[in-house]
Amino acid sequence: MTSNGHATNDSSPSPPPPFKIPPIKFTNLFINGQFVHSLSGKEFETIDPRTGEVIVKISEGRKEDIDVAVQAARHAFDNGPWPRMSGAERARIMMKWADLIEENLEELAALDAIDAGKLFHLVKVLDIPAVASAIRYYAGAADKIHGEVLKASREFHAYTLMEPIGVVGHIIPWNFPSTMFAAKVSPSLAAGCTMVLKPAEQTPLSALFYAHLAKQAGIPDGVLNVVPGFGPTAGAAISSHMDIDKVSFTGSTDVGRAIMHAAASSNLKPVSLELGGKSPLVIFDDADVDKAADLALLGILFNKGEICVASSRVFVQEGIYDEFEKKLVEKAKAWVVGDPFDPKSQQGPQVDKNQFEKILSYIEIGKQEGATLLTGGKRVGNKGYYIEPTIFSNVKEDMRIAQDEIFGPVLALMKFRSIEEAIKGANNSRYGLAAGIVTKNIDTANTVSRSIRAGIVWINCYFAFGNDIPYGGYKQSGFGRDFGLEALHKYLQVKSVVTPIYNSPWL
Amino acid sequence: MAARRLSWLLSRSLSAASGPDSLLHSLGRNSGGGIRKWKRFSTAAAVDEVIIPQVQIPYTQHLIDGKFVDSASGKTFPTYDPRTGEVIAQVAEGDAEDINRAVVAARKAFDEGPWPKMTAYERCRILLRFADLVEKHRSELAALETWDNGKPYQQSFNDELPMFVRLFHYYAGWADKIHGMTVPADGKYHVQTLHEPIGVAGQIIPWNFPLLMFAWKVGPALACGNTIVLKTAEQTPLTALYVAKLLHEAGLPPGVVNIVSGYGPTAGAALASHMDVDKLAFTGSTETGKIVLELAARSNLKPVTLELGGKSPFIVYDDADVDQAVEVAHFALFFNQGQCCCAGSRTFVHERIYDEFLEKSKKRALKRVVGDPFKNGVEQGPQIDTEQFEKVLRYIRSGIESNATLECGGQRLGSKGFFIQPTVFSDVKDEMLIAQDEIFGPVQTILKFKDTEEVIRRANATRYGLAAGVFTKNVHTANTLMRALRVGTVWINCFDVFDAAIPFGGYKMSGTGREKGIYSLNNYLQIKAVVEPLKNPAWI
Repeated sequence: MTSNGHATNDSSPSPPPPFKIPPIKFTNLFINGQFVHSLSGKEFETIDPRTGEVIVKISEGRKEDIDVAVQAARHAFDNGPWPRMSGAERARIMMKWADLIEENLEELAALDAIDAGKLFHLVKVLDIPAVASAIRYYAGAADKIHGEVLKASREFHAYTLMEPIGVVGHIIPWNFPSTMFAAKVSPSLAAGCTMVLKPAEQTPLSALFYAHLAKQAGIPDGVLNVVPGFGPTAGAAISSHMDIDKVSFTGSTDVGRAIMHAAASSNLKPVSLELGGKSPLVIFDDADVDKAADLALLGILFNKGEICVASSRVFVQEGIYDEFEKKLVEKAKAWVVGDPFDPKSQQGPQVDKNQFEKILSYIEIGKQEGATLLTGGKRVGNKGYYIEPTIFSNVKEDMRIAQDEIFGPVLALMKFRSIEEAIKGANNSRYGLAAGIVTKNIDTANTVSRSIRAGIVWINCYFAFGNDIPYGGYKQSGFGRDFGLEALHKYLQVKSVVTPIYNSPWL
Repeated sequence: MAARRLSWLLSRSLSAASGPDSLLHSLGRNSGGGIRKWKRFSTAAAVDEVIIPQVQIPYTQHLIDGKFVDSASGKTFPTYDPRTGEVIAQVAEGDAEDINRAVVAARKAFDEGPWPKMTAYERCRILLRFADLVEKHRSELAALETWDNGKPYQQSFNDELPMFVRLFHYYAGWADKIHGMTVPADGKYHVQTLHEPIGVAGQIIPWNFPLLMFAWKVGPALACGNTIVLKTAEQTPLTALYVAKLLHEAGLPPGVVNIVSGYGPTAGAALASHMDVDKLAFTGSTETGKIVLELAARSNLKPVTLELGGKSPFIVYDDADVDQAVEVAHFALFFNQGQCCCAGSRTFVHERIYDEFLEKSKKRALKRVVGDPFKNGVEQGPQIDTEQFEKVLRYIRSGIESNATLECGGQRLGSKGFFIQPTVFSDVKDEMLIAQDEIFGPVQTILKFKDTEEVIRRANATRYGLAAGVFTKNVHTANTLMRALRVGTVWINCFDVFDAAIPFGGYKMSGTGREKGIYSLNNYLQIKAVVEPLKNPAWI
């Protein structure tokens, strides 16, 4: 057991679980309906974050592979059946795909667990079912993309056509390899686009498996291409490609900036960015303290803090602050860090060495800045990338641990007096992705929800995602929305068609 | 009182002076050439040796609260094979008491759940599973539909069953996308609209498309989270019971969809006037629609959606591709034995192509294959029942009497069942009954027109306003007519295109409300505005 009481042992977080990890079936690039080696023949290693050991070698896509994939997507868009099918036909294929994903749920969950260190039991009930349901949601939307007939100012008949935007480049992160895949791919498929997707180099496995199932379901060759690789090579090739009509990116703010820059200096392709966050959770005096502490803890520790909407700044009103702090620390100490295949585990390892070291360095920064370390602060065990749930108090708004996205299990606790102060503190960030409010007071809830400049506000809940609920960022958290019918608009062009009319009985 | 009127309107008694035989006799001279041609199709043989459909009739009782039950009265009524007029099966005959039991079940399923309390995604999954099951039972259902209705089996199997499945996929996709709005306020208020299920929906469907009408009604009502009491037409009660059973197999909780078979004056009237039904949707004749609306008004003011009769113009310009226009105009009228509310039953043809169009239309009608609907290649089966059969023949007689020219057809076909020859009238004048009334049979009336202004005036000179067809290559003509015709659907260079997303419904006495498409959801939703004051809002 570690000193702070986490239910883990010293040498490794927990004994290896009985679950047998399936052999990895797909390690090559998926282009034009085929698994192919990269043109350079290069490969990279994908690592098991539990041990730091290599799981498998993956073909490394680079610029020349992106070119081939874009050609396939271009051909599939310009000449292929996908955009020429009815929305209903696309929907049928997507529904079939969702069924196949559910049939392979266990294996897909294992791939994300081993590749990203995510909790196997949670991926099985959350991430993979969410993929199937998102695909079904957008399949259901494929035949409901309406343009409008417009009111012209003179004797004209005018209407809008919502056309698929063309070839889309998707670049997705490693923290939710499956959910992010579905969030990007399903609305663009429903819209009738073709696409090249680059998964994160840390987590290429499930995306390749989804591509395989897509082909089985009947998604035509060239419509969905998956090219694993690194940002500076494959990612840059996508964002600066002259024949890609749209780039959709989820990841860090710094990389988002580079992508937008590349898009601007190439063909001015429209970009949507879902970037970092430093989301506030604001807890008022009238809250149920115990429930609020649970929410705050989940808000920062879910998925090891590797979630862009993590509640990494928790503002607590002074009347309940002391009680809240005590409960939060107790609960954090009881939180179980361990092997993601162990059903008792609540938190697996960070995704890789880089992230692991970055988080530990932020913990050092927090200490140096004068914040009080209430609990955690160290690695767990001596193998893999496990980190203790870490809580700082006495945090000042301008400290780096209150400003920067740490992307780990590190919470910054702050005290406030008035609603105005809470709003001001919550908005004191370059980010604006999400926020939480805990209060029983309807006026407080309504005022704060309109005042916080963030793309999603959860009142008395957190992480309440839904297929029909759009989310995305204000400020440097990006622009554009994933999920909901909003997301379809990222992948549609609006064309107005105008023609004169004569002797119309009404205008 | 109202029920008695309904009874009168729905009664089968006809005042037709002459039966089909005397009609045949009187028309002998006009259609002599036609008769020889008809013999080629050996319709008489089709009627004599009917093909026996390979399907069981598993369900003939009402489906109430998830269980098949007999009528409270124990009564049954026969459903007929329109090929022969013989009884297919005895079906439980519902009346007010059975409707009442069904409403109680639907009320409970709505008020207590679980249906409206489920997540939309769960409702979506049940509808998708249902669509899969219907696909699995496609051939039985298509056979049952054809047996009970008389429509060509190929049409049931290749078009209507897939469309049924398509409609349920479509509505499954809506279940999790029903959006209220947040609404701007003049002051410091937070305003939103909740789109709530309306409650217990009463639905009365016709016999011409038993399954598709089921889908048009049940699909949106279920997607929105309502519960249902549905009365089928007494002519075609079988397939609704079958699919409703499959709905339950797919996981629909008991009481959510209740099916009562029976007649309009009893079961239909009880549903329309029920105090605990929150919404009524009816498809059928304009006469019955009026009664349904009256009953709703006199009882609990339940909102009513009506999809009623039509006398839809099909307008062919001289710049149209004549061959294509002839084929589509033929289809627009004769499809489904002419038993479509939106049938293109007034064919307006520009004078410059009138003669050519007429000649080709007649030729096409003479080529139409009429016979046992289970036989491959048959385009037209029997009319639904003796009442409709005799009504159509009466209208044909009226056409002849009013001096329209009978170009072909005009008689019954064979001696058994309700088969009628494809019939074409030319020289039809606007004021003739055959140009005014909905005949609902295989009778095409062709009229001549000169210019756009005239044809718009004449096309709109009807109490109906359901649909219209326009054939022209000229974009200006198309744009002008599209706006000038007072109808719910305008098909330009096509007809009867019935996608799930395309709304359908009537102007004028063709009804009120729209089915299919996003608009159909409005029929089954209540809109609730919620207003709360805001304190110190950052913006309003």
